[in-house]
Amino acid sequence: MSLHNIGTVYRKELMDSLRDRRTIISMVVVPILVFPLLTVGMGVLGVTMVRSAAKEIPRVMVLGGEDSPKLLDALHSFRGVQIVPSAPDAATQISEKTIREAIQIPPGFDAALDRGEKSAVTIEYYKSDLKSEFALETTQKFFDDYRREVVKEQLAARNLPPGLIDAFEVKEKNVAAEEKVGGSMFGGFVPYFIIILCMTGAMYPAMDLTAGEKERGTMETILCSPVSRTDLVLGKFFMVLSASLATALLAVTSMTISFFWAKHGMSHMVGAGEASPFSVSLDPKGVFAVIVMVLPLSVLFSAGMLAIALFAKSFREAQSYLSPLTFIVIMPAVASFLPGVELNPKTALIPIMSTSLVSKEIVAGAHPWGYIALIFASSCVYGALALAIAVKLFNREDVLFRI
Amino acid sequence: MIEALQLSKIFSDKKRGEVRAVDAVSFRCAPGEIYGLLGANGAGKTTTLRMLATIFKPTSGTAKVAGFDVIQEPAKVRAHVGFLSTATALYGRLTAQEMVEYFGRLNGLEGTTLRQSVDRLFDALDMNSYRERRCEKLSTGMKQKVSIARTLVHDPSVMIFDEPTVGLDVMAARAIVSFIRDCRDRGKTVIFSTHVMSEVEKLCNRIGIIHGGKLLAEGTLAELRARSGLTDLEDIFVRTVGEA
Repeated sequence: MSLHNIGTVYRKELMDSLRDRRTIISMVVVPILVFPLLTVGMGVLGVTMVRSAAKEIPRVMVLGGEDSPKLLDALHSFRGVQIVPSAPDAATQISEKTIREAIQIPPGFDAALDRGEKSAVTIEYYKSDLKSEFALETTQKFFDDYRREVVKEQLAARNLPPGLIDAFEVKEKNVAAEEKVGGSMFGGFVPYFIIILCMTGAMYPAMDLTAGEKERGTMETILCSPVSRTDLVLGKFFMVLSASLATALLAVTSMTISFFWAKHGMSHMVGAGEASPFSVSLDPKGVFAVIVMVLPLSVLFSAGMLAIALFAKSFREAQSYLSPLTFIVIMPAVASFLPGVELNPKTALIPIMSTSLVSKEIVAGAHPWGYIALIFASSCVYGALALAIAVKLFNREDVLFRI
Repeated sequence: MIEALQLSKIFSDKKRGEVRAVDAVSFRCAPGEIYGLLGANGAGKTTTLRMLATIFKPTSGTAKVAGFDVIQEPAKVRAHVGFLSTATALYGRLTAQEMVEYFGRLNGLEGTTLRQSVDRLFDALDMNSYRERRCEKLSTGMKQKVSIARTLVHDPSVMIFDEPTVGLDVMAARAIVSFIRDCRDRGKTVIFSTHVMSEVEKLCNRIGIIHGGKLLAEGTLAELRARSGLTDLEDIFVRTVGEA
């Protein structure tokens, strides 16, 4: 093994790749622009949509209630909804979104209340339609207030104090640190994001440096030089690893800047008292620790993809081998989100999933050192194994030439 | 010097089973000589040359190239060999100079030695006008010259050419033929494979006719003519192959 040769191959591959538009797109443009646009852009879009839905005064149909003028008067004087004339096709109108909901008042509602009997109002709405759900929330609040007024009147009629309605109250107090709140919300998301980017960043260069070389006819050119095949594969491997890590680092940096900008620059979009979707506070040390944990995983992706793509004769064939791999990587990473999937001695040995699980813990402020050491070591072993396989395959002429 | 000793290569094929691509081929080529390996497509020419260039490992037998064994010291063999074929393409995104320098570095050249070697080649091959141009932007003839410079940058004593003129136009092919002759005149050991009879007649000191992986006949053109009683090389080739 010659460090000089590995360095020469690495520098050449780096220069070659940085001149390739497709590599630049996958390594620089996508992580810097696309992911922040997707995340922050979607956040902005979400806030805008929610605010526009919340601003709308819903059109509501009242069914029945002819014998309950008190409730009808209260509903008509409530400014939170716009009452429309009743019609027999209320459900259809809700489905077609001409009205947001229908309130069904049972016969003798006012009278039942006067007698102190229980009665039930039914609200028909369209679940999963944001505007209909907002209308439901508004009307429920109206009925809560109406109920309190009715109870107050009845307590007064019986000479009882109105404080009986609120006999006691329950207060909430958050004791979790800010980063832990952010961590629990985004703890699963950030490592998952970094893991996926490490994989996508490695994919294109791995194909270009193996199957791409075969297709362009440069593989035989380099094989007839005195550089050993081990030096050759290591030079290529370091290039793929650089691309993988650069993609992840650029994306994390870009995401951090985007979130910072979104949090401070777009605060005007969020009304007073509303929770901002950008109010994420992640511990930089936690994110750094995640990157360190992902490092051996990046070695695994780079070496594994290099080995798989080497089997292909052409770039397109390599794509057909590596594309399904995306699902194999995404599945264990996604599994770490599932309820009940926790770190234990078994899951700590499952590649990708273990890193995702432990990173979630780290970002949330926990440091299970035993698992951290076990997962880092096992990931290093998997990465080294993948690299050994890649080196072995580069020494097999039936793979290099697909005889 | 090239010395092939019972060189054999067997490939395993899922459909055809074991394929004996090269079968106990032996020959010698001395410095200042051109050895022509003449054969039809699939005769075993490329596999033989790839074994000499250590791209393939022989299944049995061996060869000595520039005094080094292809199995025992493959890196040393490659350091003394310049290998050129239509399959050895250039890195399109590198400039002509970067391409030649890269191979110089891989052959252990650095600093002034590398710069002098590159400058000498660019002057000799009249390539200075497109020195900074990317290989993907070069014409076929220019690419051919860059490939030649790439094979010569470390001044190898042995040159191996695998069907170097296939797919080239007349002018580019003539340039290659002239380059091969020049290598011989400078005392290099040259072996090249072809199925073009005229190239063999023009260039080769010794000829080996290969078919089905076996070396069927070998000698100078005069020796082959005397042995077969025929004058035309194509007739000699057809009869030799037909008798096999």
